[in-house]
Amino acid sequence: MGVSDSYERGREFLIEDPIRAALVIVFVVLALDLVRQLAVGQTQFSEFGVLLKDGLMRGLFFGLAGIGLSMTYSILNFANFAHGDLITGGAFGGVAATYVIAGGFGTEAALGSLLLVGAGGSVFGAALGIGVATSPLAVLAGVVVAAVASIALALIIDRFVYKPIRDRSGITLLITSIGVAFALRYLIVFVFGPGRRGVTDPSGIPSVAVPVIDGTVNVDLHEVSLLVVAVVLMLGLHFLLQRTRLGKAMRAMADNEDLARITGIPTERVVRFTWIIGAGLAGVAGYMFVLWNETLHWFQFWSLLLPVFAAVILGGIGSVYGAIAGGLVIGFVMSLSVVWIPGGLSRAAAFLIMIAVLLVRPEGIFAGRSTA
Amino acid sequence: MSGAEQSADDRGTLAAVWEQDAVKLTALVSGLFAAYVVGGLLLSYGLRQQLNELAQLSFFIAVFAMLALALNLHWGYTGLFNIGVIGFMGIGIYTTAILSKGATLTEPAAGTTGGFGLPLWIGIIGGVVAAGLFGGLVALPALRLRADYFAIVTVGLSEVVRFTLLEQSLQQGQVLGYWVGLGGGSGLLLDFDPVDRLLGAFGLLESYTRFSERTGEAIGIGSNPKPVFDGILYGLVLLVFLVGFYVLLTRVGSSPYGRVLKAIREDEDATKALGKDTDRFKIKAFVIGCALMGLGGILLYASQGAITPNAFRPRITFFVWIALIIGGAGSNTGSVMGGAIFAAVLYQGPIFFSNVIEGSFEIDAVNTFAQAVGPLAAADPVPLLAYTVDNIGQLRFVIMGLVLIYLMHNRPEGILGHRKETASTIPLGRRRAKTGGSPPATDGGEENRGVDGE
Amino acid sequence: MSTVSDTEVDDVVDTNAPAEDVEIEEPEAQDSDVERAAKHTPSAIPLRVEGLRKEFGGIVAVDEASFEITEGTLTGLIGPNGAGKSTTFNCITGVHEPTAGQVQFNGEDITGLSPDRIANRGLVRTFQIARELEEMTVMENMMLAPKGQRGESLWRSVLPFVRRSVSEQEEEILERCWEMLEFFEIDHLADEYAGNLSGGQRKLLELARALLTEPTVLLLDEPFAGVNPSLEERLLGHIHDLRDDGYTFLIVEHDMDLIMQNCERVIVMHQGRVLTEGPPAEIKRNEDVIEAYLGGEVE
Ligand SMILES: Nc1ncnc2c1ncn2[C@@H]1O[C@H](COP(=O)(O)OP(=O)(O)OP(=O)(O)O)[C@@H](O)[C@H]1O
Ligand SMILES: [Mg+2]
Repeated sequence: MGVSDSYERGREFLIEDPIRAALVIVFVVLALDLVRQLAVGQTQFSEFGVLLKDGLMRGLFFGLAGIGLSMTYSILNFANFAHGDLITGGAFGGVAATYVIAGGFGTEAALGSLLLVGAGGSVFGAALGIGVATSPLAVLAGVVVAAVASIALALIIDRFVYKPIRDRSGITLLITSIGVAFALRYLIVFVFGPGRRGVTDPSGIPSVAVPVIDGTVNVDLHEVSLLVVAVVLMLGLHFLLQRTRLGKAMRAMADNEDLARITGIPTERVVRFTWIIGAGLAGVAGYMFVLWNETLHWFQFWSLLLPVFAAVILGGIGSVYGAIAGGLVIGFVMSLSVVWIPGGLSRAAAFLIMIAVLLVRPEGIFAGRSTA
Repeated sequence: MSGAEQSADDRGTLAAVWEQDAVKLTALVSGLFAAYVVGGLLLSYGLRQQLNELAQLSFFIAVFAMLALALNLHWGYTGLFNIGVIGFMGIGIYTTAILSKGATLTEPAAGTTGGFGLPLWIGIIGGVVAAGLFGGLVALPALRLRADYFAIVTVGLSEVVRFTLLEQSLQQGQVLGYWVGLGGGSGLLLDFDPVDRLLGAFGLLESYTRFSERTGEAIGIGSNPKPVFDGILYGLVLLVFLVGFYVLLTRVGSSPYGRVLKAIREDEDATKALGKDTDRFKIKAFVIGCALMGLGGILLYASQGAITPNAFRPRITFFVWIALIIGGAGSNTGSVMGGAIFAAVLYQGPIFFSNVIEGSFEIDAVNTFAQAVGPLAAADPVPLLAYTVDNIGQLRFVIMGLVLIYLMHNRPEGILGHRKETASTIPLGRRRAKTGGSPPATDGGEENRGVDGE
Repeated sequence: MSTVSDTEVDDVVDTNAPAEDVEIEEPEAQDSDVERAAKHTPSAIPLRVEGLRKEFGGIVAVDEASFEITEGTLTGLIGPNGAGKSTTFNCITGVHEPTAGQVQFNGEDITGLSPDRIANRGLVRTFQIARELEEMTVMENMMLAPKGQRGESLWRSVLPFVRRSVSEQEEEILERCWEMLEFFEIDHLADEYAGNLSGGQRKLLELARALLTEPTVLLLDEPFAGVNPSLEERLLGHIHDLRDDGYTFLIVEHDMDLIMQNCERVIVMHQGRVLTEGPPAEIKRNEDVIEAYLGGEVE
């Protein structure tokens, strides 16, 4: 009975939801192939471990950054193409703060160079000994400044750019956000210069080699920090959404703005908090990503915007938990895809998944309910 | 307008459209050219530089106007939110390059690869067809998506195209004995010169070379005058293509077909309810637009000598969008004007302006923003200005972004835009009052109907 | 299952019965219409809906609705707000795919066909909220509608010599459009943007546009909403004229008097079901209808 029962259920699943079924099948096939590869040694366990860890790091970033994108998409009703450059702006702000503190407020290098994150190769992160272990205060300040800078940027942009056209269509806002993205991105180049800089001191990052079956996987302090920060922020957000009145109002607005307005939820206040939470999380995520990635440049997060979109779409627009889950999926897809396809196409794989989801299930694969 | 009398004749209408819009367009373009000439005189440019400048200007005007026209078919007419323009352009020029690069039958040196050695015109047709086919491939599943999802799909695909072009494993390989490939990150050398090929096709290359040398000497533009003439000739060729784009798309727009496209843009469900198979119309419009974008890409890059994947970033898509929105989506004339204004004012303008400044004043620009703003404390704005002029290349993108924001706030319909280009092959004026009706009420204002009247 | 009754009162009770019963019932219903519709001697049933059901998530918007429309008649479809009238229209015209049930048009099954196919067969609808193509002129709106336009092929529109034949056809179409605009007395608005029209003018334009598609059956969703009384009278006059010419109408309308005075037959929907149907005189007397309107939502 048990067998025929689950057979019956499987059949129903296949018929009722062929898309999810197809995804499950692809996933199972790839998983089996992976097991085979690991078994015959085509892929080493340690290699796989590194990919997994990489995917987790990226995924956490995509998820955290995606929360803001997802919230503005559902609450303000437009796809914000400036979200990536907002993160870049915050990251430059945060790293500048770190440089200034680590550089002894101008004692170790010219204050201008520190403020401009070593524009033109005037000072390097390695020289300042930047790292969670080596300059914890500077990093902590950097995280805070990154969040504050992103929030400030978001609020200023919202006040002058989006608010006056709040009642227009999502398309108008989308096109406008492309203008914002352009202006912001090139303003960043204009101020900070076009160089790609190393912002940490790679020798000062403690790491442990975790033994895996056929080798080791190095885990360093910046990776642990990214993980801890991400988990703490996600839990905090969960608490906020579930337990506070503001969170409930936000969820209500994401569901149905008109209804929320009628029932007396203060719309503008919710909008403001949407920006604050979304940009704040994105700013911190961006900063931690830069630390992990060890480099910073002007179009860094613009080029990561599409994967963030992919995460949001995968998780279902408007769903915070979906964004986190979607982020992790996209992160793992991008890093694990190299097992099967050339590394240069890993981003292409992530985008193709996003496109496939948009085509067959635009409400996201973790659907069920679309909000929070 | 006497043309209305010969009612079935569409030439009367076209002429009327042409009259008005051509006047506007010519005035605008010659104004822009005049501004550049004056700027060149201010800079006391030599004739050679002046000519180069103008050739480049007509090149960019033509390219952006063509691309804006193609995008107008998608967005202005059909309401298809395509922000993957660059992907179709890339497919166009890469296909052309692979088809028309010189054939290499033995394994080439690292970093180079050959093509199929076909005549350039075949390569161009191939590129256009490839871009159109790719458009069809995208369109089939994606056309039913909401506009914003469609946008994300198209921009995502344009990036997938770029990643594919970058991919090392596709760098080179052997197909039918030919060594061909996408060239990976270092791209492809274009070993064909479109101007030479064009002239060669008419057997004019030699006399052209002789002509350019003699004339160059006569008007004194220094040694090796051919590149100057090449630039001018290529600019003119592109302007001819632009006229072709304009005529084609105006015809598409002013027809029952264009009428259905417009209707789809306004309300697809209502259009379906009137018995129009909207999917078919949308797919065709999308494919044609993509093919034209492919052609635009070919014309933009064919004369550059080389192409690399990282030139095909979404940025260029947004240039085309800004051009279209400046001109006014929904209007073919507006698209051309938008393209011209974008090219001359926003794209080339700031650089030209900074050249004028740098040519007129002796300034040493500082290297970083900090050094530029530092002296502000001592009320010395010169370093900042110098830095600004020096970095105008980046600042112009900031300006473009701000212009886009401004337009969306204040003039979402564009500066010159109007959606009044009548979607019909004939003027929709009152017929000669044959049956009853109320003739006196509608007699006035007949002249302007169906053309462009307020 | 249920017995076919000849008495008018029982008739009402039976309308939720399965479709076969309704079919058998139909001749009886026609008989009682004879005085009004005699001159058309209606016989054919161009539109037949059987067991139509539409669910949206949990909501059952249309629940086993079955009815028939007789050729050359004006049938009213009434019911409180949310009764499922518009959804029924949407299912008939292919906007929504019904969850269950069948729609037959001229004897052929058209369930689930795309809206454009259905419209091309001659079953055309207007929308509750007028769907004008706002940034097109009234005349462009009109010119869009006629079927079989040569110029809708891209190549014919573009190629130099063929384009002339397109223009010739367009001249003819233009002529027809002018006639139609004159018929509806909105020809003075031909150059106006549809978006600038008043609500009533939009309704006129939408009807005029729908007629240009040469339909045989027209489904009108609240064609008189927002139309002033004198215009409404004119519109009704037009509809009566068209019916006399052989067009068939199904009209959703909230104005009871209007329905009762103008329709040969009335279908009442309530909570997705067909509550009853019959000639106006019967409907007026029907307790369930009164109950539905008073008990459900007060009009
Ligand atoms: N697209 C949709 N998605 C979800 N529910 C819908 C949809 N369309 C209609 N409904 C629901 O179906 C029910 C019937 O709606 P419908 O519009 O058919 O009513 P109606 O009889 O036309 O009402 P009215 O007289 O107000 O126009 C309503 O409860 C409505 O909320
Ligand atoms: Mg309704």
